Amino acid sequence: MSEPTAAESVPQFSLPGLEPGPEPAAVVARRGRRKVSATLIVGAAVVVLVVLAALVSFFWTPYDPVKAFPVDRLQGSSAAHLMGTDRYGRDVFSGILYGARITLMVGLISVGIALVIGTPLGILAGMRGGFTEEATMRGADILLAFPALLVAIMFGAVFGASTTTAMVAIGIGSIPGFARVARSGTLQVMSTEYVLAARASSQNSFRIARRHVLPNIAGMVVVQCSVTFALAVLAEAALSFLGLGTPPPVPSWGRMLQESQQFLGTFPMLAVWPGAAIAVAVLGFNLLGDGLRDKFDPKLNGER
Amino acid sequence: MESGSLVTTSMNPSSSINTEADAAADPLLQVTGLSVASRDRQLVQGFNLTMNRGERVGLIGESGSGKSMTSTALMGLLPEGVNAVGTVRLAGREGNLLTASDRQMCRIRGNDMTMVFQEPLTALNPLMKVGPQVAEVMVKHKNVTGRRAAKNKAVAMLASVRLPDPAQAAQAYPHQLSGGQRQRVMLAMALANDPELLLCDEPTTALDVTVQRQVLDLILESVRQRGTGLLFITHDLSVVANVCDRVLVMNKGVVVEEGSAAEVFTRPRHAYTRGLLAASDLDASDEDGRLFTVASAAAYVPPKIKEVLAPMPAATLRAPRSQVPESHGSPGGPATGVEPVISVKNLVRTYQRGRTSLFAKPLEVQALRGISFDVQAGQRFGVVGESGSGKSTLLRILAGLDQPTSGSVRVAGNEVAGARESALVDLRRQLQIVFQDPMGSLNPRMRVQEIIAEPLLAPGQKVDSARQRRLVAQMLAAVDLPADSAGRFPHQFSGGQRQRISIARALICEPRILVADEPVSALDVSVRAQVLNLLSDLVDQYQLTLVFVSHDLGVVRHICDNVVVMNQGEIVESGATEQIYEHPQHEYTRTLVGASMSLRSELAARAAQSKGRFHANL
Amino acid sequence: MVVRLAVNVVRFIVTFFVATVAVFALMRAIPGDPAQISLGVNASPELLAQTRREFGTDRPLIAQYFDWVSGLPQGHFGVSFVTRRDISDMIADRVQVSLILVILSMIVALLIAVPFGTLAAVRHRRTSGILISGISQLGVAIPGFLAGIMLVVVFAVGLGWLPANGWTPPGQDFGDFASRIVLPVVALASVQGAILTRYVRSAVLEVMSEDYLRTARAKGLGKLEALVRHGLRNASIPVLTVTSIQLAALIIGAVVVERVFVIPGLGSMLLDAVGNRDMLSVQSVVMVLVAITLIINLIVDTLYTVLDPRIRKQA
Repeated sequence: MSEPTAAESVPQFSLPGLEPGPEPAAVVARRGRRKVSATLIVGAAVVVLVVLAALVSFFWTPYDPVKAFPVDRLQGSSAAHLMGTDRYGRDVFSGILYGARITLMVGLISVGIALVIGTPLGILAGMRGGFTEEATMRGADILLAFPALLVAIMFGAVFGASTTTAMVAIGIGSIPGFARVARSGTLQVMSTEYVLAARASSQNSFRIARRHVLPNIAGMVVVQCSVTFALAVLAEAALSFLGLGTPPPVPSWGRMLQESQQFLGTFPMLAVWPGAAIAVAVLGFNLLGDGLRDKFDPKLNGER
Repeated sequence: MESGSLVTTSMNPSSSINTEADAAADPLLQVTGLSVASRDRQLVQGFNLTMNRGERVGLIGESGSGKSMTSTALMGLLPEGVNAVGTVRLAGREGNLLTASDRQMCRIRGNDMTMVFQEPLTALNPLMKVGPQVAEVMVKHKNVTGRRAAKNKAVAMLASVRLPDPAQAAQAYPHQLSGGQRQRVMLAMALANDPELLLCDEPTTALDVTVQRQVLDLILESVRQRGTGLLFITHDLSVVANVCDRVLVMNKGVVVEEGSAAEVFTRPRHAYTRGLLAASDLDASDEDGRLFTVASAAAYVPPKIKEVLAPMPAATLRAPRSQVPESHGSPGGPATGVEPVISVKNLVRTYQRGRTSLFAKPLEVQALRGISFDVQAGQRFGVVGESGSGKSTLLRILAGLDQPTSGSVRVAGNEVAGARESALVDLRRQLQIVFQDPMGSLNPRMRVQEIIAEPLLAPGQKVDSARQRRLVAQMLAAVDLPADSAGRFPHQFSGGQRQRISIARALICEPRILVADEPVSALDVSVRAQVLNLLSDLVDQYQLTLVFVSHDLGVVRHICDNVVVMNQGEIVESGATEQIYEHPQHEYTRTLVGASMSLRSELAARAAQSKGRFHANL
Repeated sequence: MVVRLAVNVVRFIVTFFVATVAVFALMRAIPGDPAQISLGVNASPELLAQTRREFGTDRPLIAQYFDWVSGLPQGHFGVSFVTRRDISDMIADRVQVSLILVILSMIVALLIAVPFGTLAAVRHRRTSGILISGISQLGVAIPGFLAGIMLVVVFAVGLGWLPANGWTPPGQDFGDFASRIVLPVVALASVQGAILTRYVRSAVLEVMSEDYLRTARAKGLGKLEALVRHGLRNASIPVLTVTSIQLAALIIGAVVVERVFVIPGLGSMLLDAVGNRDMLSVQSVVMVLVAITLIINLIVDTLYTVLDPRIRKQA
């Protein structure tokens, strides 16, 4: 049986079009050509910048971000104070650096909570179907009526303002997003023939989840992480702005913004710096999410 | 428009290959030196075509041949980033269509030159009723004025493509129509303004066999009646043989052969054409009884015109298979007393669909309505049916992936009905499946090694990783893939190679039964024969029982000894393959056999039809 | 279609009541006694007991829950433990303010998003398209309250064109109302508009690659003509989905923006109640916000059936 079938890979007479078919080269080329997009690079660079700012704040800030120097209050930008000082004479640049730490921590923990709870729930719903799916998705629908910020305000009312409350609340509010993404991805994977093949080989659900579902939805989940991170940064800023986030004196971007409000007429730059910091961080994570979305083809097979 | 360029290129470049260009004085369509390229790839190169009014030309090519790019270039609808150069002239229109402005093209498209696309569901606007979609093209080109007139004309067009109850159909949304009906709507739309030229891009590929025949007949009749020129793009040689006078064979963006249909199909000059013919001719086989492949095409004898005209001598054409499995093949001899390897009794499967009213009973869909059959060990058993016949449901139940509503299914001694997951493990070790979609049946994130070895991870199989690797290497050799394939990912392989991987996965745990679910219907013709030969060889080599599910009668006929014909959840006929094909008893089987096309039968039909003229030409 | 609506209404009611349980349970997770909080630490035991009776907080939690929930459908929320005012009256006042703000903002956001998003899709390879995408990407990154602050800095403080904050009911002095609502609406709408622009763009891009658009072109329709006649209605379906989700975000975003512009809406009431630890008010306002969100979802789902014939038939 070796002779004629081998011909598929080794044509006996060389003619255009008699190779196994034109598509492998094309497919490989398309894969290879799918370069890392500019969006992804810029997004990653901005995120790295925010992470660096947070890391640097552990070892060095120009001034103690918490300590007040009433003598130096409300100064403009200068060599001594890159972004000026606030009404207590605290160095704004130091506060921005330190605030990156809070922002990242809130983002990491809340995304972590949503990821760890939402993803398995979504996978379970997608794989089990029936009552499990209905219950999970109705639950997600109910949670969806409570945006992260509303959950956080309620938590703030009950447990008082703290970074922990904010993180947990934002995390809970972000669960439905992960559950939905994981479920729709799982449903797509479960409808493929390779899962059918796995089931036809008596693979149990756990193994199908681990070998087939997880690797194929990982890209979508990573994208969701990035997008949720951006939303968490926004929510944290809003909470701190409302006085329901990180309590003073620890500097956070949202509260710096809130404190600047009474000086808008006289020292608008006090609002500009933390505002810019928030916008840049959110932009970074959004761009990263977009770039990753292009990279991980949402059409799971990577074809078409 | 730019009249200057018109003068310089207006000399007649009558194609050197084209021998039939006698009426080329005022050709309908004249394409000269058409090349299509994207930023980094040449898709079509040096395409020439001269078409006369009312002529029917077939453009044949496999996937990636550039045939669809050619037709979209003619319509001026190339996707962004893809550009065409050359000249395209259409009778009655000034200048080169390729350099015409979009505004000018808009006047031509839908009026002088129209197109029918492959997938009728996605080609129609889902949110718009069908009647207005047909009316729109007439109103746009001002061939009808007034809403009422447009509406009436649309209904008349729908009637002319023989939609049942056209007035009602005009009020329907595309999703309420069947695939064949949608394609009729597309055709009504394309013919509404009585164009000079109709482009059809694989118009019947997405349709069922019986529907395909009807739509083809309709296209043929319509263009004949109206004297419309037809450029028919397809991969299917028998369809072209049915429809077209003249054919162009395209490969990798270049036309390799051109001539009259009879000429090209009976005396192919180019090796690619010969290979394509050989591979798609399921009625012919080499001295070993295997299908011709592109590689073995040198020995292939194309159908002779005389032979085609005479009733087909099946016995001489179909050489006996090297190993004849009879209708049993197990050493036990005839079936008496030997338990069949698959035994299905009164199998019923119903599904519940969403309820239409809160209190009404949910709709029941009967996928299988009580079917019974036995498959003996060593048989090659064909299951033939169109979409909705229940063949996929049957297959899933056979593999224990779905449960019967009632009835009994025994596979290799295991009862499926009511079995628990753990009880199905043995069944699934005995029965493995090769799936239809060569891309979708392989996990894109797994290496071939892992994919093929997956059945070895089933409970009860204790195979260490070294042995796994050895077994995978063996299987790769068995399906003729290079050993280094194990470390690669599915996307690095072609469709045919992926199907080989799928076969390797199915056979690694040495099942007794192999179920093939349309294993070649997504493959190009030239690859199809190779995969079928491989499948056939492996079935012999591993002494498998083969259950082959397909809509394609030709393929089933070639590979199976016994066959059941399914229609709407029932088996309408069963028996030995030749028996069923030569003497179909049931009405549906007759329709199915009548509708299915093979190259030979189409050439014969053609020749018979135009016998006189044909002989005069010779 | 009727079935679908019925199912959705049932779903709405169930979701709402599950939400009431969750909110109530969370609010009563607070350690401490509402009466004690409202009266302060120095209150006499007699007064405390009397206040508890008055609020009904001496009764079992289940009973308190049913007291509260049974009032909700009629709009009876009870009397605040802290301000001793009828919560229903306050909400009735405040909800008008918030709805005006939210609805105006959504309309403006859509007026920005639909044309610009479509343009960005049609010209996605040209400078104008890329520019719109870039600006919308930037807009998404700016929270509404930040946009509000920036607007105040420029137009109220800097240029002095518009008042920085405050609220006048439209019936009282429409001119003043209009001048005061411009900045908050622009703050909310610019951010929402940016988000929606991106969704409109991707929906239109998606539709532009559909086969039926190619069919429309093959019929002789021009690029824009084909898109308008065959594309926009198809693209509106995913945009509608996003709009309904974004409305929930807008309502909550308005809470913060109300704070920036000192607008007496539900948001201010909620935040005041949080500040006062006025739990009954908090849970009532939260339920009103949730109800608004759910009702919007209900309306949107009904709109689907109007837009898409494919889902009319199924439940």
